[in-house]
Amino acid sequence: MSLRSPLGRVLGAGPARQGVHHWWMQRLSSLALVPLTVWFLVGLLALPSLDHATVAAWMRQGPTALLLVLLVLTAAWHSQLGVRVVVEDYVHEAATRALCLVTLSFAHIALAAAGVFAVLRVAFAAAA
Amino acid sequence: MPARPLSPHLSVYKMSRYTLATSIFNRFTGLGLSLGLLLLVYWLVAVASTARAYQGAAHFLSLGFMKIVYLGLILAFSYHLSAGIRHLLWDTGRGLERTESQRSAWLVVAASMALTLLIAYYAWHAGARSP
Repeated sequence: MSLRSPLGRVLGAGPARQGVHHWWMQRLSSLALVPLTVWFLVGLLALPSLDHATVAAWMRQGPTALLLVLLVLTAAWHSQLGVRVVVEDYVHEAATRALCLVTLSFAHIALAAAGVFAVLRVAFAAAA
Repeated sequence: MPARPLSPHLSVYKMSRYTLATSIFNRFTGLGLSLGLLLLVYWLVAVASTARAYQGAAHFLSLGFMKIVYLGLILAFSYHLSAGIRHLLWDTGRGLERTESQRSAWLVVAASMALTLLIAYYAWHAGARSP
């Protein structure tokens, strides 16, 4: 019989010693992605054309740029949390697993940074 | 690798279970959408570069086989969204009974099919646009 309390187990449990943090972040990001992805899809499909001028004019609008930044950040975060679990489930060899996790983390951060930078570049080009 | 059994114990399950199918398909579609994120960022970076560079990217994104990629992404998005909402409802403690969960599994399949058709219709038929 274990003398650890249920709360103690939850707070410090799991192979990552993170307790429910990962689970909770996954839920939070998924909740945020429901409106964000639907907004993006509707906005994209509502564009009269996908040529450069139309898309750039759309991205220059404040609300669009803001929501695109949120979308890229949240999607990258959610994706990182998701693929992390896949690696943890199926890659059992310690060194390979660590390498996969680090590579995927870096890739997601780079992707998020590139996406945000691109949106801001278009958005602030209007002011220049 | 430790000698103790590690999850997921794939071999002990009947692969035809609807629980397993809906779960693994959620994971597959999630992985697919991660690649979709790569495509989204590629497109955003293209918009941020010059109009000429964007044309090059748009040419690649309008290639014939990309339609299959988009259809796959639409399907993945529709399913992952539906299944994700099912998961969020589960997290509130609802719908966990076997009959309820069986029903919601079919609901997720039906909803994702309907959503896929809807998005595909608007993407390709409502307006004549490319890609």
